[in-house]
Amino acid sequence: MKAEVDAPPRVKAPADVSAVDGPAPADASARTPRGPGIGVTVGALLRKELLVELRTLESVPGMALFAVTTFVVFHFALNRDTIDGDEAAGILWVTLLFAAILGVNRLFVADADQGGFDGFLLAPVNRTAMFVSKALALLAYLVVLELVAVPAFSLLLLGPSLAQAFPGLLAVLLLGDIGVAVIGTLVAALAVRTRARDLLGPLLALPLLVPVVIGCARASSPLLSIAHATGPPARWLLSLGLYDLVFGLIAFALFDFLLED
Amino acid sequence: MAVLEVEGLARHYGEREALRGVSLSLGAGETLVVFGPNGAGKSTLLRVLATLLRPHAGTVRVLGSSLPEDAWSVRGRIGLLGHEPLLYRELTARENLRFHARLHGVPDARVELLLSAVAMSARADEPLRALSRGMVQRVAVARAVLHEPELLLLDEPNANLDPVAVELMEPLIGAASGCTRVICSHDPSGGLAEADLVLGLRAGRTAMARAAADVDSAAIAELYR
Repeated sequence: MKAEVDAPPRVKAPADVSAVDGPAPADASARTPRGPGIGVTVGALLRKELLVELRTLESVPGMALFAVTTFVVFHFALNRDTIDGDEAAGILWVTLLFAAILGVNRLFVADADQGGFDGFLLAPVNRTAMFVSKALALLAYLVVLELVAVPAFSLLLLGPSLAQAFPGLLAVLLLGDIGVAVIGTLVAALAVRTRARDLLGPLLALPLLVPVVIGCARASSPLLSIAHATGPPARWLLSLGLYDLVFGLIAFALFDFLLED
Repeated sequence: MAVLEVEGLARHYGEREALRGVSLSLGAGETLVVFGPNGAGKSTLLRVLATLLRPHAGTVRVLGSSLPEDAWSVRGRIGLLGHEPLLYRELTARENLRFHARLHGVPDARVELLLSAVAMSARADEPLRALSRGMVQRVAVARAVLHEPELLLLDEPNANLDPVAVELMEPLIGAASGCTRVICSHDPSGGLAEADLVLGLRAGRTAMARAAADVDSAAIAELYR
């Protein structure tokens, strides 16, 4: 049965908020008819993301606390004052990975629970902006996590001086963080609309992040050894960079579809 | 030109049919009021029209564009006011509206204008979680009309609003807004007063589709029996 329009459309007065509230702004006509550019959209989304995290403190404090607690546990469980080399690199990166998973799991929760997805999807914006902003937010969380976790690791477990390892370690941390941010964002977007999101996120993320952890641990190991190297092995840095790039492209291609019904 | 043209629309969630064989046509500036008991498919219809859900069968044209193929071209021309306010609880009313203003390329001046129009300027810097549901609904109305949409999709728009607030919202989402409107309602007399056309849904199917002048409250009440 089809609803029939029996009468011609009524002509109604245009929207006039000014009747309620004073004159309309002079620049109202200056609104962008096709929506803002991706830079503006990313900026707005990232600002919102960081504001929500600052107000709720749901992700970063938990991540940092988890990492520090894990180092304390290792300190006593290994019954050793110091570690170095492969062992140090392995413990550092596995701990950072599990701490990062806590952030990955929370990444889209506010959007899914409070209608943020719908609000975003109704706007005439490039949807890749949400991926970029979420990945940048996760990257920021990881940097803050490492500002706490790496010194704590040095204090509680690491034998060799962190100062000597630091310049090379910085490059490894950056490449590792980019990998975790890209893959974590992709997986979080996939998992958040499922009922088992808390389980599905880590189950999907961990296998995909294993190569990142292996690459980061191998690249960090010489830097964290007693006779530490001057820099991380180039082949591992290259592998990490390539892995980040491949997943960046995959995320770019897939992310729009993850937001679709 | 018809703003909405829907023919044989179907949508299901898994095995459950939420809409089946729904057809309607709505001209510019007209108001369609959708009645039906809980679970009749009203909210699903709005979400399909808002491009948030894909139709599983039938044809849907909104503002001249076919859905879902050309959904991108109508986003930003639709204002949706649903059960959820689509606002972040930890952000203030002003922050929420400015966020949506950025996404729609709307200047901040309009945010201030709308905060004042919904009488929320004084509480605009409090987080939404600290506001009453009625106040949040006022902010949600401001969010829905922020970008001056041509088509308003309103799911029980007066929910949680007191009579004064309902009057305040009239220039924004009422007949005076001049927008083409689709309103889901459970209020027969209030809904009929707004309507040019009435669509009654029951279990996802069209139970009534008439001009509002041909419908009375008793016919609406019958839908709920």
